[in-house]
Amino acid sequence: MLSWYYLKGIIMLAGIYLLPVLGLSLLTGFTGLFSFGHAGFMAIGGYTTAFMMMKLEVPFIPAILMGGLFAAFFSFIIGKLTLKLKGDYFCIATLGFGEAIRLLLDNIQYFGGARGWPGLPLKTTLITVIIIDIIAVILLRNIIRSRHGRNMIAVREEELASSIIGIDTFKYKMISLVISAFYAGVGGGLLGTYLGFLQPKIFSLTRSTELTIIVIFGGLGSLTGSVVGTILLIALPEILRSFANWRLVVYGVIVVFIMIARPEGLMGGKELSFDVLRNLFRKRVKEAKAEGGK
Amino acid sequence: MSGFIQQIINGLSIGSVYALMAVGYSLVYSIMNFSNFAHGGIIMFGAYFGFFFMTLYKFPFSVAFIASGICAALMAILVERVAYKPLRDRRAPFLYFIISAMGVSIFLENIIIATIGPTFRTYPEVFSAQPIKIGNLAIGRIDLTMFIISAVFLVLLIYLIDHTKIGKAIQATSFNMKASALMGINTDFIILLVFGLGGFLAGLAGVLFGMKYTVYPQIGNITLKSFIAAVFGGLGSLQGAVIGSVLLGIIETITSGYISSQYRDLIAFVLLIFILVVRPMGLMGKVTEDKA
Repeated sequence: MLSWYYLKGIIMLAGIYLLPVLGLSLLTGFTGLFSFGHAGFMAIGGYTTAFMMMKLEVPFIPAILMGGLFAAFFSFIIGKLTLKLKGDYFCIATLGFGEAIRLLLDNIQYFGGARGWPGLPLKTTLITVIIIDIIAVILLRNIIRSRHGRNMIAVREEELASSIIGIDTFKYKMISLVISAFYAGVGGGLLGTYLGFLQPKIFSLTRSTELTIIVIFGGLGSLTGSVVGTILLIALPEILRSFANWRLVVYGVIVVFIMIARPEGLMGGKELSFDVLRNLFRKRVKEAKAEGGK
Repeated sequence: MSGFIQQIINGLSIGSVYALMAVGYSLVYSIMNFSNFAHGGIIMFGAYFGFFFMTLYKFPFSVAFIASGICAALMAILVERVAYKPLRDRRAPFLYFIISAMGVSIFLENIIIATIGPTFRTYPEVFSAQPIKIGNLAIGRIDLTMFIISAVFLVLLIYLIDHTKIGKAIQATSFNMKASALMGINTDFIILLVFGLGGFLAGLAGVLFGMKYTVYPQIGNITLKSFIAAVFGGLGSLQGAVIGSVLLGIIETITSGYISSQYRDLIAFVLLIFILVVRPMGLMGKVTEDKA
């Protein structure tokens, strides 16, 4: 019923979207900044990668890294300009940025304008996606566990207090934003070379919102949550294609429901790792021994 | 020169409808301190209400117009009850409100696509397409009606806020919700009222907008521009929202008149970023400080 070819496509799509979601997970889940413009960073990454490969004939992996770097560079400028803003003004600014990028690409005829850019080389394979995903997760986990990651979490919890104890809050917000934009850019590059086609419409505001929704659905402050959220929310609707029209309706309901009933999301800030599993196992063994001792 | 004045007139007309939408964003922001992205969905529903009242039930325009406003107001209140009230009770951070609002907006847009379908629908002709000629200038009847109706309702709204007791209560609540509650103002009712008022005007704006252009599920995206106008004028300030909307309307028509209509939307979003960078509190907004 489900051909391997079809299944492979879904796994790849989920794997590709995992990258921007992971980036957003760092920004939103661990640093407490909301972005409604990450589709814009994906677009920059996608179009840069395509430009590198099509016009400059750069090989695949360097082209994708360039896409990520270029997105990161843009985020640095945006961050410099808007990270000082309070409250929801930052997320309004990212919204404006994302839409501006999309509308700009609509008007650049060199990249095909609104009609899109067909004929990109199909370089993304399942293996590449999985390898990049694994590297991305391990890197992010190490960042979060480092001193820098702890500082980001401090900024999320109490910005004022963390600035008083000497954390450069602006710097850590910036690091978080740049890394997340890099991830989004790489994701965009992979998407373009997976679809073989880029169109500004792909990177709409709805896409940015979807990414944020996945992070929230998985649970703020949990990488495992982001991974599980991506798999569930990207893969499931693909399998249930016949309900395509109702997919986003359900999305909307889920989001409101999560906000009302379970704001901590699926994983509630917890991680599932080998350590956790081992501890769980040990606890069981200990309990069993204690039982036996009686 | 007459071409320029023509653009200004068109800008005023579209800007006045933006203003009807923008005050909704501003009203909610002034009380609850978050950007109510569900507002775009309410505007879209307003446009559909008007459309079906006039085509299916054959209501005359004036009745359909007011009825759409009332239905949209009820919807806005329902959204508040379902999506925001539980968050308010829990004192959730403002970001949760924004996400909840985004969820509502996605829901509203797609429930229309899933049930009624994504097709564009045109309103029956209410005003003749024949423009009114004054010298070299041609003013569309729809444009003129849009401007007059919007202006009347905006003046009424500002009168209500500035000169009535209930308006004073709204102002007090926006200034300090806790203290107002202690002084005997029913803040819960005020919040419902604000959503109702915003929703009513959103419904009217939706009908006007649908009449001028067409009705389709993604109207909400266009209403983002009225949100930009609200930010431009200063979120939370009614006068600011009106001024920002009119300016944005004029900037847009001049862009499409003298540069290219393709850059119209782009200009709006670039303006948004520019304003946030240069003067995030907008033209008339109050400067807010983080409370520690």
